[in-house]
Parts: sequence; C-alpha cells; structure tokens
Amino acid sequence: MKRIAAILLMTFGLAAFFVARAVLSINGAGASFPEPIYSKWFDEYHKKDPNVQINYQAIGSGGGIKQVTEGTVDFGASDGPMNDDQLKAFQDKHGFPVLHFPTVLGAAVPTYNIPGVTGELNFTPEALAGIFLAKITKWNDPAITAANQGVTLPANDIVVVHRSDGSGTTYIWTDYLSKVSDEWKTKIGKNTSVNWPTGELGGNKNEGVAGLVKQTPNSIGYVELIYAIQNKMPYGKVKNSSGQFIKADLASVTAAAAGAAKSMPDDFRVSITDAPGKTAYPISSFTWLLIPSKFSDASKRDAIKGFVKWMLADGQNHTEALAYSKLPKEVVAKELTALDKVQ
Amino acid sequence: MATTSTTVPSAGPLAGSRSFFDRLRDGDEIARLITLLFAASVVLITLLIVYELWQGSVLPRHKFGFAFFRTSVWDPNFEQFGALPFIFGTLVTSAVALFIAVPLGIGAAIFLAELAPARLSDALEFFIDLLAAVPSVIYGLLGIFIVVPVMRDVIQPALKNSLGFIPLFKGPAFGIGFLTAGVVLAIMVIPYIISVSREILLSVPRDQREAALALGSTRWESTWKVVVPFARTGIMGSIFLALARALGETMAVTMVIGNTPAIAASLFSPGDSIASVIANQFTEATGELYTQSLIELGLVLFLLTFILNGLARLLIVVTSQRGGAARA
Repeated sequence: MKRIAAILLMTFGLAAFFVARAVLSINGAGASFPEPIYSKWFDEYHKKDPNVQINYQAIGSGGGIKQVTEGTVDFGASDGPMNDDQLKAFQDKHGFPVLHFPTVLGAAVPTYNIPGVTGELNFTPEALAGIFLAKITKWNDPAITAANQGVTLPANDIVVVHRSDGSGTTYIWTDYLSKVSDEWKTKIGKNTSVNWPTGELGGNKNEGVAGLVKQTPNSIGYVELIYAIQNKMPYGKVKNSSGQFIKADLASVTAAAAGAAKSMPDDFRVSITDAPGKTAYPISSFTWLLIPSKFSDASKRDAIKGFVKWMLADGQNHTEALAYSKLPKEVVAKELTALDKVQ
Repeated sequence: MATTSTTVPSAGPLAGSRSFFDRLRDGDEIARLITLLFAASVVLITLLIVYELWQGSVLPRHKFGFAFFRTSVWDPNFEQFGALPFIFGTLVTSAVALFIAVPLGIGAAIFLAELAPARLSDALEFFIDLLAAVPSVIYGLLGIFIVVPVMRDVIQPALKNSLGFIPLFKGPAFGIGFLTAGVVLAIMVIPYIISVSREILLSVPRDQREAALALGSTRWESTWKVVVPFARTGIMGSIFLALARALGETMAVTMVIGNTPAIAASLFSPGDSIASVIANQFTEATGELYTQSLIELGLVLFLLTFILNGLARLLIVVTSQRGGAARA
C-alpha cells in the first residue's frame, strides 16, 4: 500500500512538473499557400521565445475562415480576404470584429507548352481573358501574335488547363481576369473555384496543372510563382496597367503591393491585381492572417501580438529564401498601427 | 451438411431451458450480446451517415429540390449547383471500368482456378493480392505517367482512325478524360474480380467437375458449362465489389479524369465524378450553400451505391432462381 502511494505521489509530482513547464500553445488554421513560410516563422519564433508554441494546420482558406468564425482556433489564415457576409457572421457570433493582417505576397503566372516555341511569350490582359473564356482558340490569333513579334506561333488549338481543387491561386487568377475583362466579371467572376468554360482541363494542385501542361502540346495553364520558380518552369510576361510587359519575380510582386499601398484601406482587405506602378506584376496578391480583435486570454493575446510584431520585422527576412515576396515598408508601418486594435 | 442440421435444433431447446442468468454465467449470452452489438453497429453507422448527409444538405435540398439531379451547371460564384455531370461521370467511368475488367478478370480467374498448375496459381494469387492492396494514389500516378501518354499517343488515335464514326470516339484526344479514368479504374478493380472469383471457382465441389467429365465432356466444357455456372452468384458478387470500388474511387480518378463538369458523348472528353469533385472542392468551399451542395453530392453517391447494390442483389436472386430451375 505504501508503495502504491509512493508511485502515485511520484506520478503527480512528475505531472505537475510538466504542467508548470508547459509552453503556451496557440492554434491556427487556414491557407495552404503560405504554409512553408508560416512553418518556418513559427519554428523560428519558438526558438526566440520558447514559451510560445504556434501550431498551424494548412486546411485551406475556406476552412481557415470557418474555423476562426467557429472559434475553434485562435487565428485563421486566408489567401482571399473575408467578404462582408463573413465579417458580419463573425461580428454577430462574437460581438467584436476579426482583423486582417497581410503576411507575405504571392502571384500566379501563365505557363505554357507550345511545340517549337522556346522563348518567353508576352500576354496582354485581353489575350489571357480571351484564352480562358475560350474565345481565343488558336495560338496564332492576332491578339496573341501582336504582342509577340518575331515568334512564330502555330495555328493549333489552345488547350486550357486550370486548377481543379479550390485554391487561392485560382482566386488571384480569376480576380485579375475579372478586373481586366467585363465579360469575365459578369459571366464567371472570382472565387477559389469557378464555373470554367467547357472543354477546359482541370489539374489537381500546382503539380497537376504543371503536369498536364507539360504533357499536353499547345496547352496553357497557371501556377503559383513559387512553384514555377522552384521547379524552374518557363512562364510568360504579363502586360501591367502601365502598359509594360512584366515577368513575375519577387521584386515585381512587392512592387505591385507598393503600388497599392497608397490606396490601402484600413482593414487591409484589398486586391492588388492589376495594381498601378511601372514595375508591378499584375497578377499578385497578399495572403492574410485573420486575428480576432478581442482575446479573453491575455497571455494568448500578447503572444500573438508579439509574433505579428516579430513577423513584420525580423520575420520578413526569411521570406525570400522561400521565394515569397516581402511586404513593402508602407504596409508594414500600417500593420503595426493596426495591431493596437487587438485587445 | 446432415450432421450440422441435426445439432443446431437440438442446441436450441437445450439453451432455452436454462435461465438467462445461467446462460450469462456460461458466457453464451455475453458472446451473443457482444456480437449482436457489433452487428447492430454496422446498421447504426449506415443510418448515422445517411442522417448526417441528410441534415448537412438542408439548404440545397430546399433551394434546388429535384432540379439538383437534372441540372448541369456547377457555379460557386452564382450559387447554381447541379449534380448531373458528376453522376454521369461516375456512371460512365465505372461502366467503362467494368466493360474492361469483367472479361479480363473472370478469364484470369478461370485460368488460375481451373487450368493453371496449382503452384503457379498460388504464386500469381500472391501478386494479385498485392495489387489489390496498392494505395489508389499510386494507381493515379501510374495513370498520369504511363496510361495518359499511351492513351493520347497510341490508343486514342487508333480508336479514332478505326471507330471514329461512332460518337463515343470523336473529338480531340487529350489523353485524359472518361476513357482514361475508366481504364485506370479497370486496372484497379481487376485484382478484386480475379481474387474473389478464383476463390469461388476453387470452392466448386469436385463432384461437379467429375460428373461432367464422366458424361464425356472435355475439360473446357466442364469448366465453361458446369463449374462457371455453378459459381455464377459468387462471380457476380466479385463484380459488384469491383463496381462499388469504382463508384467511390477518388484519388486515381481525379488525377486522370480532367475535372471538368461536362456531359459529352465522346469518351475522350474530360469530365468529373462525384467523389472527385468533393475531394477537389470541399476544403476551399466557402458559403453554406456551396458546402452543403457538396454534402448533398455525397448523399447522391450514397444513394447511387445503394440503388446499384439493390439492383445487384435483385439480379442475383433472379438469375439464381432461373439457374435453379434449369438444374432441376
């Protein structure tokens, strides 16, 4: 009997020891596009402040919005800003608003496979919208050839490839096409998945689209810039709002955000596709953290605010190694002010 | 057969004469209750699934009603959802799969059970069981890297040149689409048909074969006219198992079907299936109506499986009655 008591005592002692040492655990869920940089950040931040452990589940932007609204996670993350209905749903449920904080930038690029064409193609907004609306059906259509003097394009049918899974990349792509084409806006619109014109092929994730484009002659599709860079895929330039053909890279995507910074609304819910600026790449977007503006647990609130502060300063230095574009300075300054709203 | 039928009724009254607590103490009653619980849980889980799917799809059921089954627009932006192209894709790919897999699978099973030397048959059975256990994503990769290029460069042009006058084989050949999805599904379900059918054929009593041979039939006649008809019910069971797998297959299909909700006469055309669209869109679906429409698609797939299984049972009952009459 004494021995059992001793064992019990020891167990309780050990348990108490671990509980006392337990770190503050914060849970987030949402977009899968920024997951590599988020994992890196949460890992680095844990090294800096061993008392805070941030766990992140890349369940998708839609899931992130749902979970943060339900209150099952401490923060959410999304590639597209929450719409007014979703904001209202959060406000109605909790009695206080949820705030958007941009973290990094991403972009979508057109990638293609045309036998005999090796150079970089130039795409005008009209050409991209026409191709994806299935209005432009041949590679030697004047809308494409006019921007590509000196390249011989074949008279073959264009095969269009899109993402079949709901994704932030599709959101950016269709958001851009909605801005540059009224027909796109009224017939198809922007979303994480849309009702594509018939006859187009769907590939699952970036790998699926890239694989289909690689395998199908005369095809065109779109993938995340990061995926294209890491896999050394060829991709085309896109004409921006200043009339320049811009190749997407880390700098031209940051330039798009800087161009939009002047007109940035206070809640950061802004689309930066077709942004102004001579060097801006037009199919770019922020990705956001969704943070409730009130926390009942003060230690959680401080930990999250601490993390966001660090992410906006030191954290931004980790982005380019993982091929994400940095936030422009103007946006960082604005976010630091907005952070005070979290109480 | 005779011995078991005499012991079972005699155990009945014996068990009945003892009190409930006696039986409980002996363990019989405990075993009965526990196994009953396990059996009931199957029914319970099925009912729970239906309940959840039904509850989860309230909005689209009220908004679209039966139009959900008849319309073919799937547009998350304008909140129009119709299941027809997905039902079509699921049925077409499964039909193509069975069209290819049934003759191949049953042929292989007959060879393994009746004609091949026992040692070869056992060795091959090992590989077939191995194939049945390969995860479907592997079959999907096999589809993308091997089946799709072969379809695009060899099989589809050949079909177009020889049978191109039939609408089934018209249109541009991308290599992905209904036909390719069906072929990949066929590769996936053949092991099921072979494995189950072989076991069934092996379990046909020896007297059946010997009787046929004694009447002067050749080996093939005894196999084809006596053994296979005897095993018919079991072989059909293997086909329905294959059908169930084909209907619900997700990963391998989504990788090669083209993921475009379309109804087309041509098997070359890209399409989509119920399981595939749920897997593709559920995680990023925003808005209640959109999410619930995807759940209703799950309900549709459940119903489809249910109906096809019911038809299968009916077919077995009908054919076995006819077979019995013919034997008598």
